[in-house]
Amino acid sequence: MTSKAAKWYWGIPLWILALAFLAPFAWMLSTALKADVEAYKIPMQWIPDPFQWDNFKTVLVGESSVLPAFGRSVFVAVLRVAGELLTATMAGYAFARMSFKGRDKLFLVYLATAIIPVQLLLVPRFIYFQKLGLYDTLWALILPGMFTVLGTFLMRQFFVSQPAEFAEAARMDGANEWQIFRRIYLPLATPVISALGILAFVWSWNDYETPLVLISSPENYTLPLGLTDFVDEQGSIAPGLTMAASVVSIVPVLLVFVLLQRRFIAAMTHTGIK
Amino acid sequence: MTTATVAAAPAVRTEKAPGISPRGWIGFLFVAPNLLGVVAFTLIPLISVVLLAFTDWNLVSGFGGISFAGLDNFVAIAKDPGFWNAAGLTMVYVGVSVPLTVVLGLALGIALNRPLPGRAILRAIFFLPYIVNTVAIGMTWLMLMNPRAGLVNQVLGVFGIEPGWFASSHWALPALIVMAVWGGVGYCSLIYLSALQDAPKQLYEAADIDGAGLWAKFRTITWPSLLPTTIFLLVTLIIGASQGFGLIALITAGGPGDSTTTISYYMYQTGFQFYRFGYASAIGLVTFAGVLVLTLLTWRAQRGRALND
Repeated sequence: MTSKAAKWYWGIPLWILALAFLAPFAWMLSTALKADVEAYKIPMQWIPDPFQWDNFKTVLVGESSVLPAFGRSVFVAVLRVAGELLTATMAGYAFARMSFKGRDKLFLVYLATAIIPVQLLLVPRFIYFQKLGLYDTLWALILPGMFTVLGTFLMRQFFVSQPAEFAEAARMDGANEWQIFRRIYLPLATPVISALGILAFVWSWNDYETPLVLISSPENYTLPLGLTDFVDEQGSIAPGLTMAASVVSIVPVLLVFVLLQRRFIAAMTHTGIK
Repeated sequence: MTTATVAAAPAVRTEKAPGISPRGWIGFLFVAPNLLGVVAFTLIPLISVVLLAFTDWNLVSGFGGISFAGLDNFVAIAKDPGFWNAAGLTMVYVGVSVPLTVVLGLALGIALNRPLPGRAILRAIFFLPYIVNTVAIGMTWLMLMNPRAGLVNQVLGVFGIEPGWFASSHWALPALIVMAVWGGVGYCSLIYLSALQDAPKQLYEAADIDGAGLWAKFRTITWPSLLPTTIFLLVTLIIGASQGFGLIALITAGGPGDSTTTISYYMYQTGFQFYRFGYASAIGLVTFAGVLVLTLLTWRAQRGRALND
């Protein structure tokens, strides 16, 4: 068998499998462009006839538009990513490259909390946020996301691998600690920072469980909560609108994925964070 | 789905970096912003959940109604048929979905490691389910698995099988397992793929010279060299599958009956629908302890079996 033939020998079954994997997404897109009555038609019609672009119009600018929820998701994600990057780079750098009393013990505490599942913390967070008046506000989603152990850990692992000589030389030249961090080490960390940024964004954008517990009013819904709002007159899920809204919800993550595919996959596979 | 695990991380290095800041407090200033947030939003809640587990407290009784309950919650858990039902369902869910995802992910990873037409696109396709939010995916599968007219049963109907999926107490859990496998296989395959690219090439060459077959090479070289990756995946997926409740809350609300009330959903129900904070905290702790034990057992099972240990 020539190598080209061998390529297709494995390639064809894998492509068939890949198409089967894609089928739910194809179905999502197809249903998003159909009238509700067409959604469950037997046999299934992959190409909608006619194309029901109105679904997207309704979902975007109609009465129950997802755009406000979309905006809230953007707001939450931007603050979470910015906050996490800022606090994690500084802390990670200090844990790796600076010495202070109790540093290693403190880092062990950090490591120990890294394996705690978020779900375990939801009951106390629910109670505290109620007491603090943060329950049912976007801050209940933003604040915990700005200060993460995992981000700090990732950044520390990077800074630990960087040579100390840069700092020594800069110190001789009279640079202060902040300048050494900001001008020398931080620029080196760009690939790790972008990886952490991607992770933090996807994590924030897709988070469903936290808002499910900590957000109650529709006017504070983030996008995942907003997707469940499309029902028909009988109170059952409206397939066309729900799928159109779902497509809208996927676009930002997909965009980041397509544009930064290599870095995206590296970030996700090297950390095990979802 | 929001599970975080520190993975395959290099061991903690605690030696002092040479020539670092002479003034110790500056380093602390760098850590302070993150530390304050971690204390407020992770450490204090963590301590609280442990304390809460020893109290009898619910929303109705208010802050004043909090009372120390000793081990009452844990005794109640031991006698709670709802808890044991949930624990059993979780075992089935985790015990089937996790190994299946890992094995299929391994097969797919090996396949994707070959020269293939459009390999980068193939990888992206298999990875796609992993990056899409729970609700979009859940809603899609809910409709795909509509027992009467969903696409899945239209296809299966050809073979004369038409499961009731989420409408049936027998099929709802298998439906969740199908979704979990579909969602996780691509992720596993990519992790395996990056491990395969570090596989010891000279061993394969030596095996070729010895005339070893495909299976012999897999068993003696590939599998041992991938063992750490497998353990990492098992641990990550076990934690994820046993802690997540989002999909269940969205699609089945634990039903029909209590056929999909896994332990994480049971805790969610206890805490956020019945507002029994003390009891929910105790369930959370017991679950976490269980997962931790399972994780350690998985970890120990592989010690000394990896290729380059």
